[in-house]
Amino acid sequence: MTATATKEAKPGAQSPRAAKKEAATLPEHIVEVISDSGEGAQRCGQALAGIGARMGNGIWTTEIIPAEIQPPARSVAGASGIRIRIGSKRVTNGGDETDLVVAFNEQVLIGRVQAKELKPGCIILLENMWREHRDAKIVESYAKTVDALKKDGFRVYEIAMETECKKLVADARRGKNMFALGMLCSIYSLDLKLAADQIALTFGKKDQKVIDTNVALMEAGAAWAEANLDFKYSIPATRSKEPQIVINGNTAIGLGVVASGMDICAMYPITPATSASHYLSDVFERVGGLVHQAEDEIAACAFAVGASYAGKCAVTITSGPGYSLKQEAIGLAVMAEIPLVVVNVQRGGPSTGQPTKVEQGDLMAAMFGSHGDAPKVVMAPSSIEDCFYSMITARKIAETFGMVVVVLSDASLATAQQPFPRPQFSEDWLAPPVDQTPVPAGAKPYDWDPVTGLSRRFKPGQPGGMHTLTGLAHDRDSHVAYDPAINEEGLRHRSLKLAALQKTLKIPPVYGDPKGDLLIVGWGSTKGVIEEAVDRLRAEGLKVSSLHLRFIQPMPSGLKEILKSFKQVMTVEGTWSDRPEDQLIDEESRRYSPLALLLRARCLVDVDCWTEARGQPIKPGTVCNVIRAKLKSGGK
Amino acid sequence: MNMMATQCVIQLHAEHHALEDYQGGVPRWCSGCGDNAILAAVQRLCRDENLAPERTVFVSGIGCSSRLPHYMKTYGFHGIHGRAFPVAEGIKMARPDLAVFVNTGDGDCCSIGAAHWIHAIRYNMNLTVILHDNNVYGLTKKQASPTSPIGLKTNTTPRGSYLEALNPLTVTLGVQNVSFVAQGVDWAPELLYDIVSAAYRHRGFSFVRIVQRCPEFMPKAFDPWLHDPGRTLILTHKDGLQLSPSSAKTYKHQQEHDPSNIDRAREIASCDDPIPVGILYRNPEVPCYEDLRHAGQMRTPDYIKAGLEKEFDKFTVWPDEGAPGQSPA
Repeated sequence: MTATATKEAKPGAQSPRAAKKEAATLPEHIVEVISDSGEGAQRCGQALAGIGARMGNGIWTTEIIPAEIQPPARSVAGASGIRIRIGSKRVTNGGDETDLVVAFNEQVLIGRVQAKELKPGCIILLENMWREHRDAKIVESYAKTVDALKKDGFRVYEIAMETECKKLVADARRGKNMFALGMLCSIYSLDLKLAADQIALTFGKKDQKVIDTNVALMEAGAAWAEANLDFKYSIPATRSKEPQIVINGNTAIGLGVVASGMDICAMYPITPATSASHYLSDVFERVGGLVHQAEDEIAACAFAVGASYAGKCAVTITSGPGYSLKQEAIGLAVMAEIPLVVVNVQRGGPSTGQPTKVEQGDLMAAMFGSHGDAPKVVMAPSSIEDCFYSMITARKIAETFGMVVVVLSDASLATAQQPFPRPQFSEDWLAPPVDQTPVPAGAKPYDWDPVTGLSRRFKPGQPGGMHTLTGLAHDRDSHVAYDPAINEEGLRHRSLKLAALQKTLKIPPVYGDPKGDLLIVGWGSTKGVIEEAVDRLRAEGLKVSSLHLRFIQPMPSGLKEILKSFKQVMTVEGTWSDRPEDQLIDEESRRYSPLALLLRARCLVDVDCWTEARGQPIKPGTVCNVIRAKLKSGGK
Repeated sequence: MNMMATQCVIQLHAEHHALEDYQGGVPRWCSGCGDNAILAAVQRLCRDENLAPERTVFVSGIGCSSRLPHYMKTYGFHGIHGRAFPVAEGIKMARPDLAVFVNTGDGDCCSIGAAHWIHAIRYNMNLTVILHDNNVYGLTKKQASPTSPIGLKTNTTPRGSYLEALNPLTVTLGVQNVSFVAQGVDWAPELLYDIVSAAYRHRGFSFVRIVQRCPEFMPKAFDPWLHDPGRTLILTHKDGLQLSPSSAKTYKHQQEHDPSNIDRAREIASCDDPIPVGILYRNPEVPCYEDLRHAGQMRTPDYIKAGLEKEFDKFTVWPDEGAPGQSPA
């Protein structure tokens, strides 16, 4: 039955000779595994990514997450899975559309097709058990979908995964993912020994029997693909000489918190930030830290403020709506100059928006949020590696400047995995012990330096430093002051600290030539996408370069000079901005994207913007098209 | 390396402190305000317990009550409305070696900060909490608070408040992990001192509600109780309040109450006339959250490094095939 179904679906397949097929060499491929929630597609994809990374391939994984925990089986919206971009060279983003997809039913596939996530002619390896299902409706839907897919030019291979798995396990639902992994290992000529090692790592906490069963399923999948599929690929890789670590952005943030020497993380559960706290909850106590799950977002922030005031700098981790709730306490930290690191793993907004989807919509809230003039540092990691090191930098800045540092990650970095060099521990990463030395006689708690605005903070336990910190306007003694001059003194010095930090920032490097026809400016998670688009178009001879900002507040110096070296400047951001083609939108009514607005204001340069907020990471191919159109329009 | 930071601190010499060591700015509360009595009680407590001013923190929210830290000469944290509890919890978690007090009002604690209040009881961190309850918003100029008596005419309830007053004692006694509940009145300073002192000595979340007068917006509200000491019910017990002969003479309406009896405590708490004064409930067995979380652990760089390297190992792809999970020497 297996052979028949497969044969039917293989136009021009040469079954008897399939095992002797030659592997075609590819520079890269994008693979998807999608299933109903709970069928283990993500685990399959993560294992594939792990094996690829071990072989030295460039890897980027993107999770496909349904919003519900248990969405109905076989539903379009219930698609749960993972996309793996695997390449010969280092991969910095999720890339364009999918080349090959393994789907456990046709319904989850429909959503991907509708979203235009599959490349024309994409290879589809589809579970065929539905063709002979006892429910006639399912049989009909399956047959209809397969016919439509074929008609649309997709290369559909119907595979009896269920039947094959049942030769080894009673419940194929648990195990089909490893069979799929085996098929993929065969298709991409991956080392089965490494695959078995990876499975052992994945199921390390379970007993040997579980590992053995999963290895057997994987090997069965590989053998089946070897014998039955009429294609095979190889994506050559060079193994790195240095150890690499493979983690997603949220784990990187959690690890970064540990590495920064911070002691306390206060949080409240919210998607997509929570997995960072999950990871941290698991490991933090082993190094003497702790995660406090507060009763709400407000309490989480206030708890972190209190901890930071009395001890080392603390961190609170959240996503958009939670960030809004923290704004009042952030204002307090700004006013009282208490160091604080706030991580905002952005998601679609406003309101509940798209909790599991990516957006870069919180930049303005981070910069100008809270109330009154509340200057704070805003940083945005641009890669998984950057998520790790940003936490160390954020802690240092927060403590040195007595400021709130907002770290803007997003849902795409949160769940994406990318290998990066294993960090070499340095004691400099860690916070110094809490100062308990006596305060010199006459010293004041807010003895602002007139140039930098910095003052030395007194912590409880320091003899002679007793004062009452307050969220009210205060003088150098921390006494409540309504005097107009004193109010401005506080505002001035809190603001000057940003200028002091700005003087320490390096001018960001331009990617590509330092001058040309178009400069693309981005921030945060889009770095890899933008630079890949720039690479592709420069190869075509277009004079385009890019600039990526990790610090948005303060902005590094030298930007105006850089922007003025290009005929046109445009930002690319994952948020909303008015579309010039809309009837009411003109120069005067258009709402520009946040970064464009900031650059226009700071540099007095006519910066255009292009934005996308589809809930998916922006694709390099899309950016290429946007750049081509922009260059064609010649600034119109 | 896994030990309490406080254990590493050597007590070089004990210092003794006078009342002035705790007296900060001149209070700017209205004359006759009950807050003054509370301030006097806590200053006296600090002196009698010989608390090091630099190791003592008074945390407050917003409201008349919350001005108190400014009038102490310890460390103080005058934060934002309703959030005194989470701030104090953060301080205590980071620094279990500090004595942490919370001064909050009926608006701060029972209204805007009510969610934090409920959970603070559950965390049972070692905090001394004083609820300054004058049944009205004072700083914002007379609005009804959750503890305002029904029918109270204020600027937001000109035809009288609509709802029955919330009872902070029964609320607190109804929450899992409650470990200490007491009530005092500002016009009985000696009893107030004894109650605050018992609260400080209890290890856990010690909740003291102090019924206090607001001469500006609630003049005469408590006059009937002031004029008739018989309308104050004094709870006495060998494990609770013990009256001095002079107090016993004034407050004749006394009742023996064992603070370990929570059912009786709830009954007493639900009565507002006579006003019960004394220790309603005490349970020293409830664990403190900071102990459960092993707060204040000493962390050396080597300790953190060892933990980090172990985590890196978990995710490392090694260049040579045979070494997964192996740290380089």
